[in-house]
Amino acid sequence: MLYEYLFQPFVEFGFMRRALVASLALAVGGSAIGVFLILRRMSLMGDALAHALLPGAALGFLLGGLSLPAMSLGGFLAGIATALASGVIARFSNMREDASFAAAYLTAMALGVLIVSLRGSAVDLMNILFGAILAVDDMALFLVVSTATLTLVGLAAIYRPLVVECFNPGFLAAMGVRGSLYHYLFLGLAVLNMVAGFQALGTLMALGIVLLPAVAASFWAREVWSMTLIAAPMAFASAAVGLLVSFHAGLPSGPVIVLFASLFFLGSLLLGSRSSVRTRLSRPVHLRG
Amino acid sequence: MSAALRLVDLTVSYDRHPAVHHVSAEIPAAEMTAIVGPNGAGKSTLLKALLGLAPHIEGRIECSAKRIAYLPQQAEIDRSFPISVFDTVLLGRWTRFGGFAAAGHADIHDAQHAIEAVGLAGFERRPIDTLSVGQFQRVLFARLLLQDADLVLLDEPFAAIDSKTVADLMVVIRRWQAEKRTVVAVLHDLDQVRRDFPNSLLLARELVDSGPTLRVLSAENLLRARAMAEAWDEHAGACEAPMRLSA
Repeated sequence: MLYEYLFQPFVEFGFMRRALVASLALAVGGSAIGVFLILRRMSLMGDALAHALLPGAALGFLLGGLSLPAMSLGGFLAGIATALASGVIARFSNMREDASFAAAYLTAMALGVLIVSLRGSAVDLMNILFGAILAVDDMALFLVVSTATLTLVGLAAIYRPLVVECFNPGFLAAMGVRGSLYHYLFLGLAVLNMVAGFQALGTLMALGIVLLPAVAASFWAREVWSMTLIAAPMAFASAAVGLLVSFHAGLPSGPVIVLFASLFFLGSLLLGSRSSVRTRLSRPVHLRG
Repeated sequence: MSAALRLVDLTVSYDRHPAVHHVSAEIPAAEMTAIVGPNGAGKSTLLKALLGLAPHIEGRIECSAKRIAYLPQQAEIDRSFPISVFDTVLLGRWTRFGGFAAAGHADIHDAQHAIEAVGLAGFERRPIDTLSVGQFQRVLFARLLLQDADLVLLDEPFAAIDSKTVADLMVVIRRWQAEKRTVVAVLHDLDQVRRDFPNSLLLARELVDSGPTLRVLSAENLLRARAMAEAWDEHAGACEAPMRLSA
């Protein structure tokens, strides 16, 4: 019984195995991105960026049907274009970057839904918005694993400038380094991860597995590396459990996976070891010095 | 006395409003100079311009310093970021290892030494969000020490800092001066300027006076500075002052 519920889907169906491996890769790369999104106070901008993939993915869908390469490429280009456009708008006007992100993603969402409805059915729209694990093929797996590799190698390469850009951009500028270059390289990696996630999670939910585990981890650890180490297993666990539940109950995989990540978030919020509800309520004896 | 910095008819503006207006002055090399003036007088803007970080500059800045170190106002740093005291200080050697190479043994040794010099021994592994304002200022001074610059720019180094910390950090500043480095500091405590800084530059968007502190900080000059800073015109027309450069 337990075997049937927990393991049989993976033994029996290739797409479930591929989805499981894909979520492992996604968890490893995505949680590192999520930690930096939080530290850069860019959680909401990341969300806006994920929504902005939609018109690109939709254009890919319009031209190539439900083909992963076409939709992924479209989504990636749309995400990069949005990030660059809002950066440029913020630089050449007095608009704050979060406002320009919001403006860009609202435009992108409206455009995307319109484009999908030009050709697709309501089911196609649901699949693009909320994910469809049935479609995880070898190509999708390859895309996700390459993304995870590129993310880890890329973040390791730009780690120092990115960290300094986060906490003291003026210092970087005084050293003659263009911090915005690393900002955009990071945004590029973030977009790549959301593209990798949208097959299983959909464009509306792609950020969930990136951001929620990282937020949860911030209730347990304080360094960049330890937060990432804690976030990654949480992301993988939510993905694995979410896949099973969505398989058995016939629910869209995106929301189910994200809800399990939310459970980790709520649990950490309540029980975490730093600034959680538990540490607020318990009043330990203060130290002598 | 040679000049470390020469400002020639310098104007720095934001959105066409000048924050520093037609300033010409010299800052002597290997000395301690204070930049004084009311809030909004363009002091921080002047430092940013010296670093090449100001958006729009007219006029000229002649700088003989090869390496410049800069202490920003603390508000410009995200102090909640999870980074340790040691790593923050070590960044002072950025010009040696840049964004990608590893720090050498000498750099690590010097960082340790700088942390001890500012009185923070034992704090190496502490994350910066656990430090007080004064302790964090010591961290930034240790980073300046590692930068080994011949021109040190300090933007309000003693804002919200207790007298013990000020005294400790003044020791560091005086040592820089003894090592023939040029120190330029934006300061608000006029008594301290009179006591510790032989040269001053009094700014109220325009230059009020620059030179020996005792002359510059006269009651008359300070009154003028205050009056000039208050006369800010939101609807000012284009400035038609002649470019004194050509004269």
